[in-house]
Amino acid sequence: MTATTRPKHFPHRHLLGIDGLSAFDLQVLLDMADEAVELNRQVQKRRDTLSGRTQINLFFENSTRTQSSFEIAGKRLGADVINMAVASSSIKKGETLLDTAATLNAMHPDLIVVRHHAAGAVHLLARKVDCSVINAGDGAHEHPTQALLDALTIRRNKGRIEGLIVAICGDVLHSRVARSNIILLQQLGARVRVIGPSTLLPRGIDRFGVEVFRDMRAGLKDADIVMMLRLQLERMNGSFVPSVREYFHFFGLDAEKLSWAKPDALVMHPGPMNRGVEIDSEVADGAQSLIREQVEMGVAVRMAVLEALAQNLPNNGGRE
Amino acid sequence: MTTRPLLIANARLVDPHSGTDTRGAVLVKDGMIADLGPNVQSAPEGADTIDAKGKVLAPGLVDMRAFLGEPGAEHRESIATGSQAAAAGGVTTVVSMPDTNPAVDDPAIVDYLLRRARDTAVVNIHPAAAVTKGLRGEEMAEIGLLKEAGAVYFTDGTRTIANARVLLRALTYARDFDALIVHHTEDPDLAGNGVMNAGEFASRLGLSGRPIEAETVVLERDARLVRLTKGRYHAAAITNRDSLDIASRAKNDGLPFTCSTTINHLSFNEGDIGDYRTFFKVTPPLRSEDDRIALVEAVKNGLIDVIVSDHNPQDAEQKRQPFAEASDGALGIETMLAAGLRLVHSGDLSLPALLRAMSTRPAELLGLPGGKLQKGAPADLILFDPDEPFVLDPATLHSKSKNTPFDEARLQGRVLRTVVAGRTVYEYA
Repeated sequence: MTATTRPKHFPHRHLLGIDGLSAFDLQVLLDMADEAVELNRQVQKRRDTLSGRTQINLFFENSTRTQSSFEIAGKRLGADVINMAVASSSIKKGETLLDTAATLNAMHPDLIVVRHHAAGAVHLLARKVDCSVINAGDGAHEHPTQALLDALTIRRNKGRIEGLIVAICGDVLHSRVARSNIILLQQLGARVRVIGPSTLLPRGIDRFGVEVFRDMRAGLKDADIVMMLRLQLERMNGSFVPSVREYFHFFGLDAEKLSWAKPDALVMHPGPMNRGVEIDSEVADGAQSLIREQVEMGVAVRMAVLEALAQNLPNNGGRE
Repeated sequence: MTTRPLLIANARLVDPHSGTDTRGAVLVKDGMIADLGPNVQSAPEGADTIDAKGKVLAPGLVDMRAFLGEPGAEHRESIATGSQAAAAGGVTTVVSMPDTNPAVDDPAIVDYLLRRARDTAVVNIHPAAAVTKGLRGEEMAEIGLLKEAGAVYFTDGTRTIANARVLLRALTYARDFDALIVHHTEDPDLAGNGVMNAGEFASRLGLSGRPIEAETVVLERDARLVRLTKGRYHAAAITNRDSLDIASRAKNDGLPFTCSTTINHLSFNEGDIGDYRTFFKVTPPLRSEDDRIALVEAVKNGLIDVIVSDHNPQDAEQKRQPFAEASDGALGIETMLAAGLRLVHSGDLSLPALLRAMSTRPAELLGLPGGKLQKGAPADLILFDPDEPFVLDPATLHSKSKNTPFDEARLQGRVLRTVVAGRTVYEYA
């Protein structure tokens, strides 16, 4: 089925994770995102799909990039978008997550976008509200819109995902991006590898259906896509890895290590980058880098997700 | 350095690697063993020839644990004096400990030590590097970069990593680099302020004791972490019967778990402290005679892989103190062969079993090519008379420090010649 003939049907109330979505669901979202990319490149970017709808961005962890991406996406579709600044609200003053959910629910939002530092917090909240909930990252669990935007970026550049060798490199242990990507890319037929020091690989990773490498050069060999992960500063001074210079020496992506991948391999990073830690500037800014394009795809994917979920909202007023 | 070929003829060739004990000769060329056996007779043109007069020719000893003083404690020992002591003791390869000042936790210090060794040492020196930064037991050191720089294994020396999570991470991380972690297993809280083995002797002497549980609790914990991580682990000094049970279980389960004991723990027991003799104050402390007997048996059956000298030079100021206040540590590198031969003469160990634990096994664990008499192996060789008796005069020792527990001891077994890479670096005059 080609993109033009595939019906835009997305049979889910929430987007809590990639886990549980079928290959068909994923392709539908990517098709819709493709259309949004075209729209976003016009002067007139507005649509009214979400006109009258209220979207609340509830970010318990700071994230300028993801939050503004969701905000722009909602506004372009005509929704009323409210950003709840958690840091300066009652939530920080000791209100429980469930009380917050009840409070928000009473305001009759249609869509809530949630980021939380605890894995499973978004699921908990979703059970307590009447609207659709989108997971914008929960702990080290899932970050579904990041995986979708990565997939969209890959599909637009390579024309496909099936059969590609994708190497996910670095701090897999703490990465929700890695978990969502592993599920999504395998669902769409890619061969996924993970590369990192054993201290940054979760236990049981070998049972995730991926190939596991502890050596960058071996893991990058013949890769089509090299997906770098961010290493948090507090994890690189002797706790998980000994030092920045050791990490960069063995796991930092520089031109030499990248040369082990296919000549037309493309480099991705969810941002924000630590230049000189997990990635060298020469590679980050080089011809094989898709990092800027990922940001553009982020808005399009979030529009697609909002739109797909809105179709299933009650009182949809007969929109298709 | 090119040297002339060397033929050592008429020798008793004892090779602990193959377990053979035969008459014959060894021909050395370009620093390697070019040929050996009963049929090697004539020396090539221009070769030096030595008549071994039937004495034992064996691979040089490989000592996995010695404190060489550099950098920071050059008044106690230097790489030069430590290596001369090693050569005189028949040790051709020494692993230097990282408890120095500064500690060996930076690739630049490994590089420094290798350069110092190249310029001043007469035997092979391989630095061990720290597992944790500053040996503090908190943050992992740069295991990958240190190994690339030439660190032969990783240890915090005489410090125990009390935090299990730190050791877990280090074992996990080190496995990626196939790096060996060597751990001194004494729980610092259980050891407390103890200065000798806990028990009747300590109580009679009025000294506070260190229980064997300080060792076994950590060792048992470590065995479980090795089971989890499959990281290569070596217990630095097993000193008692209970620890042997733990080692035995770990090994029977096929874990990458090996262990050493020290020549001191095979030679002495807590009673040797006698009249508060501080040269017998070592860490872990000397244990009971029952433990010592068990350790000898474990060397014999291979449960203990390695015998180390635990060579730890201390100056007189550190040792001429009340027992509780004196430093830990004893010289060992120059006397380890003679001390080990005591066990051979007493019938407790065979000569190949002793040499296996002092040469073949440590070389294997460190991934070094020595420790065997074999064509193509490095010509790191010792010629010794296992029977010659002597009384140890500390003044003859090559170390800068003189804290030997074998002071005035009757020993049997004299190193006659030590050869490193085909070059004679020590000859008994």
